[in-house]
Amino acid sequence: MTPLVDLRNISIAFGGVQAVDNVSLDLYPGEVVGLLGHNGAGKSTLIKILSGAYKADSGEIWIDGKKAVINSPRDARAHNIETIHQTLALADNLPAPANLFLGRELRTMFGFLDDSRMEAETTKIMARLNPNFKKIADPVSALSGGQRQSVAIARAVYFNARILIMDEPTAALGVHETKMVADLIMELKAQGLGIFLISHDTREMMELCDRVSVMKNGQLIGTERVEDVTEDDILSMIIMGKKAEKAA
Amino acid sequence: MSTPDTATRSSSGSQSSRKKSLIDTLEVDTRLLGMIGAFILVAIVFNIMTDGRFLTPRNVFNLTIQTVSVAIMATGMVFVIVTRHIDLSVGALLATCSAVMAMMQTAWLPQLLGIPLGHPLIPWLAIGAGLITGAVIGAFQGWLTGYLLIPAFIVTLGGLLVWRNVAWYLTNGQTIGPLDPTFQMFGGINGTLGEFWSWVIGILATIAALAALWSKRRDKLRHDFPVKPVWAELALGAIIAGAILGLIAVLNSYEVPAARLRREFESRGEVMPDGFTAAYGLPISVLLLIVVAIVMTVIARRTSLGRYIFATGGNPQAAELSGINTRLLTVKVFAIMGALCAISAVVASARLTNHSNDIGTLDELRVIAAAVIGGTALAGGIGTIYGAILGALIMQSLQSGMAMIGVDAPLQNIVVGSVLVLAVLIDIIYRRRTGKG
Repeated sequence: MTPLVDLRNISIAFGGVQAVDNVSLDLYPGEVVGLLGHNGAGKSTLIKILSGAYKADSGEIWIDGKKAVINSPRDARAHNIETIHQTLALADNLPAPANLFLGRELRTMFGFLDDSRMEAETTKIMARLNPNFKKIADPVSALSGGQRQSVAIARAVYFNARILIMDEPTAALGVHETKMVADLIMELKAQGLGIFLISHDTREMMELCDRVSVMKNGQLIGTERVEDVTEDDILSMIIMGKKAEKAA
Repeated sequence: MSTPDTATRSSSGSQSSRKKSLIDTLEVDTRLLGMIGAFILVAIVFNIMTDGRFLTPRNVFNLTIQTVSVAIMATGMVFVIVTRHIDLSVGALLATCSAVMAMMQTAWLPQLLGIPLGHPLIPWLAIGAGLITGAVIGAFQGWLTGYLLIPAFIVTLGGLLVWRNVAWYLTNGQTIGPLDPTFQMFGGINGTLGEFWSWVIGILATIAALAALWSKRRDKLRHDFPVKPVWAELALGAIIAGAILGLIAVLNSYEVPAARLRREFESRGEVMPDGFTAAYGLPISVLLLIVVAIVMTVIARRTSLGRYIFATGGNPQAAELSGINTRLLTVKVFAIMGALCAISAVVASARLTNHSNDIGTLDELRVIAAAVIGGTALAGGIGTIYGAILGALIMQSLQSGMAMIGVDAPLQNIVVGSVLVLAVLIDIIYRRRTGKG
C-alpha cells in the first residue's frame, strides 16, 4: 500500500538552529500517527512544513506516491491537507461561517459572497459535529474553547480533507469537549482519513493513535506501533531521547 | 429557544430567555442607533443655541457639502485601520491629486496636448489622471508597507511630507484656478440636481432600500432562518424612507437667492420671469459620497476582498494560514485609499474653485478621527463604512455649530479633540458591556 503522506529527509533551520533535522515520517489512510516530544522538539515545525506555512530547506514530500510541491497553505489545501493549528487560526472578529469558509467563500452567481448559503452549510455541519453549537451569527471570540475548536474542525471536515493535521486539538478543552474531539478523530479515521496528531498527553496518544513518533531537538528518535510499547517506553524516549530496549 | 418570529439568534443564553426589547426585535445595530442619537442631540442643542439657525435648509445644505470630502476619505480609512494600519498621508495625497488635476485642466492638457480650455473632455481627463495618481501612490505606499514591511505609520508619515511638497513642485507653489466649470460642479453649491431630479434620486433610493430589505428577508426565509415580525420590517422601512425623503425635502427647500437666479438668466440672455424661484436640491458632491458609501459597503460586506480585509484585521496569522495573500491585500487597501483621496480632491478643489497649496491640510487627522468616532477600532478587525460617515458628520456639525454660536477657534479644537477621546472611551465601555468585538 502506498502511504498517503511520505515525508522524506525533511530539514529546516531557523538562523543556525536546526529545528527539524533529517526527519522521515509516513502516514497511511485510516491511520492516526501521533507526534510526541518536548516543547521545541520540532513537532509543530515539521507539521507546518506539510501544511505549507514553512518551506523545508531540504527533503521531499510525497503524497499518494507522487512528489508534491507545497509552498503555501493554498498548495496544501489543493492536496486536501487541512490543518487545525495550535493557535486555532480563527479570525476572532468574524462569525463561524466566515471562518469556516475563509479563503474559500461560497459566491452567488454575480460573484458576491453568499452569506446565507454559508450560514446554512455551517448550521448543517455544526449540527453533526457539535449539536450544542448555537451561536452561528456571533463573532467566534464569544465562543467557548470547545466551540471554537469545533469551528476549526468543521473547516477541515467540510472541505473533505484526506490528510488532517491536528496540533494539540484538546489543549484548551474541558473533559467533555476532549471526549468529543476524541470521538470525532475516531470517526474521521474510520472514514479513511490520515491524521497527524500532536499532543503532550501521552495517555491520550496511546488511546487514539496507531503509531507514535517521538522527536527531540529536531531529530526523530523513533516511531513505534502503540501495541508494541508501554506508556513508560514512550516517556523514556521523550526524556532520554533514546529508543527503549525491547525485551524481545 | 425562540419562537420563529423572534429574531436574535446571536444573543447569549441569559439574554435570549428574556423577552425581546423593541431594539432587539427591529434588529438595528445599537452602536448605529447611539451615533444617530448623538448626532441628533448635537443638532438639537446647536439649534436651540443658535435660535433655530442650525437646522435651516441653508445650514443643512452647507453641512452636507462641508462633510463630503472628509467622509469620502474616511470610508477608505476604515479599511486601512481595520487591517491594523494607518494612513497619515491622506491630506497630502489629496493635495498631490488636486495639483495634478488642476495642472491637467489649466496647463498640461491645453499646452502639451493642444486640447483647448473649456473642451468637454478636459474635466474627465483631469479626473482620470487624478484617480490614477491617487491609486498608484496609494499602491506604492501599500507595497512599502505590505512587502517591505515598513510600518504604515512611518511610510505614510514620510508620505505626508513627500506628497504635500510634490504638490508644491507640480504647481510651483501657486494657486491654480479657476478650474473648469464642469469640474466645479462636483464641489457642492455650483453643482446641484435641482428640485425635480433630487426627488427622482430620493424616490429611487427609497425604492432600492426597501427592495434590499425585502430581498434580505426573502433570502432568510429561503434558508429557514428566523426573520423579524412583519410590523418591525415595515417600521424599519418607514424610518429609512422617511429619512431619505426628509433629507431631500430639506435640501429642496433651500432656495437659490433671487440675485443669483437673475444673473443666470442674464448670462443666457433671458429675463427672469416675475416670481420665479428654484431650489438647490441634492448637491452632486453628496450624491458622489452616497455612491462611494454604497460601493464601499458592498465591498466590505459582499465581496471576498472585504471579507479578507476584516479577517486579516482580526487575525493576520489566521488569514495567512487560510491562504489569503495579506501582502497584496495591503497594497489593494492602500490603493483604494489613494483613489478615494483623489475623489475627495475633486470635491475639495471644486468647492474652492481652485487648487491651493494648503488644500487638505490636517485632513489626515479629521479623517482618522471620523473613522474612530464612527467605531473603527485601532486594534483592527472592526469598523463600518456608515459609522465613519456619521463620524465625519458629527465632527463637522460640532465644528460648524460652534462657529455659528461664536466659539473661538482654539476652543473649537479643544472641544473636538475631547469629543474624539470621549467617543472612543464610550465605544470601549460599550464593547466591554455587550461583549461585542
